[in-house]
Formats: sequence, structure tokens, C-alpha cells
Amino acid sequence: MTEIAAREASPPTVPAPALPAGKKKASWKESRLVSPSLLVIVLFLWEALVHLLGIPAIVLPPPSAVLVSLWDGIASGLFLPHFLVTVTEILSGFALGGGIGIILGILIGQSAFLERVIYPYVVAFQTVPKVAIAPIIVVWFGYGLSSKIIITATIAFFPVLANTIVGLQSVPREQLDMLRACTASNWQIFRMARLPQALPFIFVGLDIAIVLSVIGAIVGEFVGARAGLGYLILQKNFTFDMAGVFAILIILSLIGVGLHFCVMFVQRRVLFWADSNKNRITGA
Amino acid sequence: MGALSQAPATESSPLVRISHLEKLYPTRDNGNVHALSDIQLSIPDGAFVTIVGPSGCGKSTLLKILAGILDRSSGTVEIAGRNLEGPSKELGVVFQAPVLLPWRTVLANVLVPAEIQGLDPAQSRERARDLLSMVGLSGFENKYPGELSGGMQQRVGICRALINEPAFLLMDEPFGALDAMTRETMNLELLRIWQEKRTTVLLVTHSIPEAVFLADKVVVMTPRPGRIAEVIDIDLPRPRTLPMFNTPEFGRHVDAIRRHFNSGGALD
Ligand SMILES: Nc1ncnc2c1ncn2[C@@H]1O[C@H](COP(=O)(O)OP(=O)(O)OP(=O)(O)O)[C@@H](O)[C@H]1O
Ligand SMILES: [Mg+2]
Repeated sequence: MTEIAAREASPPTVPAPALPAGKKKASWKESRLVSPSLLVIVLFLWEALVHLLGIPAIVLPPPSAVLVSLWDGIASGLFLPHFLVTVTEILSGFALGGGIGIILGILIGQSAFLERVIYPYVVAFQTVPKVAIAPIIVVWFGYGLSSKIIITATIAFFPVLANTIVGLQSVPREQLDMLRACTASNWQIFRMARLPQALPFIFVGLDIAIVLSVIGAIVGEFVGARAGLGYLILQKNFTFDMAGVFAILIILSLIGVGLHFCVMFVQRRVLFWADSNKNRITGA
Repeated sequence: MGALSQAPATESSPLVRISHLEKLYPTRDNGNVHALSDIQLSIPDGAFVTIVGPSGCGKSTLLKILAGILDRSSGTVEIAGRNLEGPSKELGVVFQAPVLLPWRTVLANVLVPAEIQGLDPAQSRERARDLLSMVGLSGFENKYPGELSGGMQQRVGICRALINEPAFLLMDEPFGALDAMTRETMNLELLRIWQEKRTTVLLVTHSIPEAVFLADKVVVMTPRPGRIAEVIDIDLPRPRTLPMFNTPEFGRHVDAIRRHFNSGGALD
């Protein structure tokens, strides 16, 4: 719980658009080979240590037991309904939070005045730990899906908002000059330059938000729920089924990684121009 | 073309009349940069005027003011008899940097002013293709700016400035990124367009021979604060051809301008 709080309390506020540079791509091949072998080694050491030191399974289950539990949970159909509930919460909360983040970001990003007036309140809201207000939201919206969706949204919206605002203001002055010289209206400037220019930033925000959404859904379920993977973790904890808890943690990580790659996939499709643009800037 | 060409265009009523123009840029320490000082200039309708001057003397500043995207500190600027208040659809501007939108194809970049000004899409596309082939970029219509060299991007910027058939063309070092050969070809093309469309051109260049070759008048500016040192009439016959570069009259004009630079302590 403290770890969750710590992670959401320090949102990356003003990240530069982290577009894959040529350097990253070069090391990508090697990492694809090294990264899995590292995992295998760690798992092997873990398994060996648990057996050698005789650590009881309720303290630290060996990887083999976790895998068995994972397989049982999937094969028996126990995980599936909870998985669906949690994924629904994550995606709905992400959509709601991301949507609000983009819309509010566009509104605030329109003028320095609005930013000065509204943004302090947004930051104030952001500094409140969402774990602390989660119980209130559960009281207001009940034990069902909606409270989890709203908790997830409150966590997901800020990185999207912050990045949207920065992105909209990142338009080079030369581009504004060029469009204004062509007699462009504010709306035309928004459509032709501000929004496309903000997209790389918005995607950075969405990528952070999708990962935070997984945390948001679990936080919500911990506070009060009748279904979902977070609810299942609590159940397994009560019955000292540590292997089961670890199995669910694996599923949660896979959900997070999978969704992250979905965002990356869409980003590459939408921002096809961004990479060659990078080259243009360094080449000019 | 509307208002500009409707204005009575005689020698006595210039297209552009600039008087006592001053530009001060505020600086962070509450001071000022005096960029332009007491600029007096009139540009006859249909004339080709070039500006030369040392780097930082305010050439781009002057063009931005005329383009309506930069406020002047004082003085008056009249275009076609009307006080300049902002950007105009009659204008085409080539910026010192190409300033293309990286998410648009070359063709879509050329079409930006046409879209903004609501020109007929089919006609504009046709025209954009013609312009691109004129500057040697046919076949690149669907490429993205990131795939182009600096000189190619600059040529796209030139096409963009011409897409709305402007009555007044402002060009800030449009050929700076081009090799000598392409540059000469572009000079001739520009003269051809200018003669064909009867536009008025104000062009900034760092090349004194280019300034002389293109112009009816060369405006020589002093180092900061930018003033007009001299306006030199170029009486070389039209149409201009490349062999003229080697004529003694041409050399005399170039020398006269170069002397300004040397006496001002600034080099070309
Ligand atoms: N936005 C600005 N804010 C403050 N000072 C500026 C700004 N733009 C230009 N200046 C100053 O005004 C002066 C004239 O600049 P300008 O860009 O017009 O020069 P230029 O003649 O076009 O130079 P170059 O040939 O190098 O392009 C320079 O000294 C520059 O430092
Ligand atoms: Mg300049």
C-alpha cells in the first residue's frame, strides 16, 4: 500500500516526448535476448534458495508453486470473471480519466489566463493521495464497478492533463508566425499546429496513465469490492495462499505490460511522422 | 486577386509606403534592442526589390512587420493605400527557415494557405503540383518533410508562398540553403513567375550578385540599428539572363554595394 501511494504521489509532470531514438532501437535487439535470460536466472535462484533455506510457502512460495497456482486458476476458470472485472475497471477508468485529462488540458492550454486560474486547483487535487480518498468514493458510489472506475480515473487523468497542456504550448513560434501570416484563425491554428504538435506529449501522458490505471483499479478493489483481481488477492491473503497471490500479481503485471504495448502500438501508428521529424531536427 | 490589384497602380502611388518605421524589441532586463531605425521605403507596384545587409541588421524584422505578424514600435506602413493592421490574404511569405509541418505531406504543406483561405481544393491541388514540378520536386508530393533535404524543404516553402497567387511576395533568404546551380535556376524561375503574374516582390538575400541580378532596386541596410544606407536602382535590361553576371554594368553595381559593406565594417 505504501508503495502504491509513493508511486502515485510522484507523477512525472513535464516529461519530454519520449520518442524512440535511433540509439534505443539498436539496443532493443540485445535486450530482447538478455531480458528473458535474466528472468530465468532469477527464477532459478529463487527456486533454489526457497528449497535450500527451507522457507515456508506462506512466507515465500517457490516459483514452481506460483506457476502451478497460476495454471490452476486459469484452467479452473476461477480467474476469468475477476480478470474481466478488473480489465473493465482499468479500461473504463483510463478512458474516463484520459478523456477528462485531454479535454481539460485543451481548455486550460488555450490561454495562460485559464492556466493560472484553474491549474493550481488541479495540482492541489493531484497532491491528495488517491488512496486516501478511495474510501470516500466507495461510500459515494458503492461497491460495484463505478467506484473503481472513478478511482482509476482520478489517478489516470493528471499525467494526461499535464502533458496535454505542455504539448499544446510546445508549438514553435515559427509555425505560429507562418500560420498567422496565412491569416489562420485561432481554431485553424489549433487544428493545424497545436493539436498535432501536442500529440507526442499526449501519448507520453496516456502511456503513464494506462500503467497507473492498473494501480488505480487494484487500490479501488482493496478498499471495497465484491469481484476483481484485487479482491481476489485479499481473499488469497486471508487464506494464506501466497502462491495464489503471486500468481495474480503476475497476471496484473502482464495486463500492465500488455496495455502499455497497446498504447505504444497506437502511438507509432498515429505519430508516424515524429521519428523522421527527430532526424530532421538533428540533421538541419 | 482583390484589394491590392484594384488599387490604382501608378508610379506615383507605390504599393508599399513605409515611413519613420521603428522597431524596438524588449529584452529580459527591461532594456531594448533597437532593430529598425527610421526606415523610409516605398515599393512601386510590380517592382522587384531586394534587401542586403549584415546579419542581425533587421531584415527579417522588416519582413515580419510587412507580413503583419509583428507589431511595429512606431511609424506608418501602408499597403495599397491602406494602413497595415495584420496579415493579408494577398500576401505570400517565404520564411528564413522552411517551417514545414512535419505531419503533413509535401503536397499538404504547400496547400496550407489554400486551406486556411478556403480556396477551391481541386484547383489548388492542381496548382500545387505545377509549382512543385516547377521547383524540381515532382514525385515528392507524398513524402514527408523529414524525408527531404534542407534545400528541398526550402523549395517546398517557396511553393507554399505562391499557392494563393499573392499580389505581394515577401521572401526571406529563400535560396540560402540551395547549391549554386539550383540557385541560378530558381532565380530565373522566380523572375519568370514575377513577370508572368505581375506580382510585387521584396526579397532578402546575403548574396550581393543575386540581389543585383533579380532587382529593380537594391536596398542596402546598415548594421544594427538597421537603417537604409542607400537604395540603388538597377537599370540592367529585362529579361535578365545568366550571362549578364559577367557584364561590366553588373560588376559596377556589385562593387557599389560591396563598398557599403566594407565601409560599415561588415563583410558579406
Ligand atoms: N524576438 C526577438 N526578440 C528580441 N530581439 C530580437 C528578436 N528577433 C530579432 N531580434 C533582434 O533584432 C535584430 C534584427 O534581427 P533580424 O532577425 O531581423 O536580423 P536579420 O537582418 O534578419 O539577420 P540575418 O541576416 O542573420 O537573418 C537582431 O539583433 C536580433 O538580435
Ligand atoms: Mg533574417
